[in-house]
Amino acid sequence: MIDKYDAIVIGAGHNGLVCSALLAKAGKKVLVLEANNQVGGAAITREFAEGYSASACAHLLYQLQPQVEKDLNLNLKLASKNMSTIVLSKGSEHVSYCGSKVTGVNDSDQKNFEEFTKRMTKFADLLKPYLNKAPPRLGTKNKKDLFTLAMLGFDLRRMGQVEMREFLRLIGMNIYDELDERFENPLLKGGLSLDSVLGTHLGPRSPNTILTYLYRMAGKHGEISLPEGGMGSVSKALSDCAEAAGVEIKTNAQVKKVLLAKGAATGVELNDGTVYNSEIVVSNADPKKTMLELVGARNVETRFTHRVDNIRMKGNAAKLHIALNKLPTIKGFSDADYGQRILIAPDESYVEKAFNPAKYRKSSPQPIMEITFPSVNDDSLAPSGGHVMSAIVQYAPYKHKSDWNEEARNNFKNAIYNVLKQYMPDIESCIHAMELLTPVDLENEFHITGGHWHHGEFTLDQFMFVRPVAGSAQYQMPIDGLYLCGAGSHPGGGISGASGRNAAQVILKKGNK
Amino acid sequence: MKKYDAIVIGAGHNGLANAAFLAKAGLNVVCLEKNDYIGGAAVSRELYKDWKYSNCSYVCSLLRPEIYRDLELHKHGLQVTPYGGSVQFMENGDYFASYHDPEAAHREIARHSKHDADAYTRYSTDTMRQCRLIRDFLLRTAPDPTSFKPKDIKELILLGNKFLELGEDRLYETLRFWTMSVADYLDEYFEKDVVKTAFSGSGIIGTALGIHSPGTAYVLLHHYMGDVDGNVGTWGFARGGMGAVSDSLAGAVQAYGGEVRSEAGVDQIIVKHNRVKGVALENGEEIYAPVVVSNMDVKRTFLNCMDEKDLPENFYKRVKNFKIRGSSGKLNIALDGMPTFPALPKGSELIGNADMHFIDSMERMELAYDDWKDGTWSKDPYIDCTIPSAVDPTMTPPGKHFMSCFVQYCPAQIEGRAWTSEERDGFTKSVIDQISNYSPDFKDLILHVETRTPQDIEDQIGITEGNIFHGELTMDQLLFNRPVPGYAQYRAPVNGLYMCGSSTHPGGGVMAAPGANAAREILYDLKLKNTVPENFGDD
Repeated sequence: MIDKYDAIVIGAGHNGLVCSALLAKAGKKVLVLEANNQVGGAAITREFAEGYSASACAHLLYQLQPQVEKDLNLNLKLASKNMSTIVLSKGSEHVSYCGSKVTGVNDSDQKNFEEFTKRMTKFADLLKPYLNKAPPRLGTKNKKDLFTLAMLGFDLRRMGQVEMREFLRLIGMNIYDELDERFENPLLKGGLSLDSVLGTHLGPRSPNTILTYLYRMAGKHGEISLPEGGMGSVSKALSDCAEAAGVEIKTNAQVKKVLLAKGAATGVELNDGTVYNSEIVVSNADPKKTMLELVGARNVETRFTHRVDNIRMKGNAAKLHIALNKLPTIKGFSDADYGQRILIAPDESYVEKAFNPAKYRKSSPQPIMEITFPSVNDDSLAPSGGHVMSAIVQYAPYKHKSDWNEEARNNFKNAIYNVLKQYMPDIESCIHAMELLTPVDLENEFHITGGHWHHGEFTLDQFMFVRPVAGSAQYQMPIDGLYLCGAGSHPGGGISGASGRNAAQVILKKGNK
Repeated sequence: MKKYDAIVIGAGHNGLANAAFLAKAGLNVVCLEKNDYIGGAAVSRELYKDWKYSNCSYVCSLLRPEIYRDLELHKHGLQVTPYGGSVQFMENGDYFASYHDPEAAHREIARHSKHDADAYTRYSTDTMRQCRLIRDFLLRTAPDPTSFKPKDIKELILLGNKFLELGEDRLYETLRFWTMSVADYLDEYFEKDVVKTAFSGSGIIGTALGIHSPGTAYVLLHHYMGDVDGNVGTWGFARGGMGAVSDSLAGAVQAYGGEVRSEAGVDQIIVKHNRVKGVALENGEEIYAPVVVSNMDVKRTFLNCMDEKDLPENFYKRVKNFKIRGSSGKLNIALDGMPTFPALPKGSELIGNADMHFIDSMERMELAYDDWKDGTWSKDPYIDCTIPSAVDPTMTPPGKHFMSCFVQYCPAQIEGRAWTSEERDGFTKSVIDQISNYSPDFKDLILHVETRTPQDIEDQIGITEGNIFHGELTMDQLLFNRPVPGYAQYRAPVNGLYMCGSSTHPGGGVMAAPGANAAREILYDLKLKNTVPENFGDD
């Protein structure tokens, strides 16, 4: 069977869907091929125990770029929005923050928090336009690149001397020192530390963690919401939008390789041997999978392969799903509190100590957690009376010393229980079923190399001009007609849609020339 | 009561270099030192009879050759002898050595890994390229990117062009190099753990970061960019110990007509109406000058020797939060003879002629850092061990030796409180035991040990937390951010007051560049002819 398309998108992750929808809207005939049996990639809702469903990977929405929503006329149904973050204390003196307001801390921390979020928001806003377009190339004489760079410089200066200096000081810094300088309350510092290290192989003391925090703020200033029906409904909305624009989506269609002729992409071949032809192939898969597996190292220059090989993308975050007979007791919690984002990160050192073992390929004996009970605001996820807990648990390194054998898994599960019990004493009696996904499981289920949510560490040496690799930050790979549109490319992970949108813009611009 | 054109506080190598350049420009300068010996942390002291101890800084490479030539330090007795390379002792009884001779280096790496031997060429080329780039910035004042002054804009353009000259590909490499961790950087080249470990040490020396912390690749550079006799990356011993560096600089100061006074500790910098007037000494004496330059670290300068009310609020806060962390300790040891190291072949030229390290895995390196984070000394430390007396016979009586052990990591305080004497002994023991594991006769040869924690270094020399660089070399404290954003051009926010210590750009390591750069800025403000070299003759 031979079919010809204007563009083929490999992978129906949220970025792939955004990209395909935008290409179709511009009149292209687009085919999306998804290996799994449903669209969404790592942004899906699926049943993990009979009657209980959860967002299998990402579970909160905070980075979806407003430009993406606007371009696609998305109208997402949210189960709850503008959620607060509650950092649990072992007693009932929890700290809660939302926007620039924080409660449960003293006056000076309140005032400082307001100042801190104001400044971080300002810096995040500065970065935002640059996250929503292809990064300029450096060291070229290209007028457009030079203009973008000059604009960046101008935007920096426009903030005023004091703020610009502060930006240049903070951008490479670690969050630990900054929080220590500003705040007193350990829970507040713990919570913000967790915000800065979620999904990364970094501890709060690692330089670079201010950048990860800013990135988090760059979508909607850190505003958190929970989509109704789980993350799968976001993907569903995107695929509806794509299909309405004329995109053809095939599930259960795993691409085996990208077909090439004379250094240019000509189409793809599926595992079952089916071939689809197109001069434009866009990969939503991560850069390693795309270039080393689908294209093959021998089809690109050695130096490039070498760089791709060196991308750091070993996941560190595990996903935990628990089916509950009833909500566990948390001291001092109101009903509404269960519907918020709940963190276990009692102080900065605790977070740093949780990170330590990950450096030696071991999991944290006292992990940090981002917990939600999505069923509190969305009864479609659990049978009546029952509830779902969905949590991101760190650190669980992809390359575990034991390769995640049964013992290592059980040890980590026990560590999680022990931590949960300290805050939810009756948790064990509430548990009906449980599922733990290590980065290895995430890799297997979602085909992301290393099980890394961001398709590559989000650090300065893998950011912007050099993401995914030096010289290829503009979505175009060193093969004619081959593009990346996933989180491995600029700007990075999170359900943001920015990579997909930027890639589509680059592809359309090329086509118009 | 005496009046001078300029007062320099602290006769460390930067203070002396600064005073020398000011004196050379014709100013009447006095350099004041609190101790009864000069040199700050670059000293040779007789702490055991007939032994000279380089008891703080211990090797020499970063001292800018332009300064050496310009101040004619050779005439004042400075002689730097290059030495051999380095050796890594391994737990399995083997060793890994690195040599300056590329042929020998290749052969030795190949003994451990053929792959890494091939990668080494690429590694050296890439690292050296980064050195060449940074070397151009060392004797220049960092421009303020937020300023619209023509001088800053001109310098920004000049630096921008230097970067553009690299070309697109190299530019990306540079960008990554400056931001990544030394472990990640080495991972891109090497596969063998001991090879990576050997190269990673330079990424953490004097730094309160671990090999996996982003930003440590740059620190590596800080130990590579020096040279001895034009050989970039080579280290050497100053003949007669590190005090020879300070003595020669003091010689230069005096030769140009300047004064150096010891036992003249400054208690307070006198400021009136936002203008510096002079200094008050600890003995009550006051000395006046329109220009005061501080070689002390910024915390000591502004928090100890000045009134908070004389400084802008924001500046004061930034100085208070300036990161200057005690992370290294030192053991100085007098030896009755040369210890043997059975792992090395008999008669190996490496004995006494190379930096010796007794740690062989990246995991052990990082674990050493975790101890520090927990507020204690590394139980299995990274030791940079040298025996300068093997190269320089003037250090000890014939047949005897002096060993200098630089120890990473060692905190200024134990879990937030002062060290107890048991803990000091514990620290000493950790170091001696680790060396003894590889040298059976070492313990029996020990005649005298001086243990120095960061707190000791602070008490004796005055550097806050005994930080060898006068402040962490992290991105938020480099270039135009060093020491404080907006005050990176050696001028304090008080008229006539300058900074010339390692807290300023380009940082520590016995470079003398901060001292020289500060002198250039002072002469510029005084509208005098510049006496400070600026361009790199060698590259």
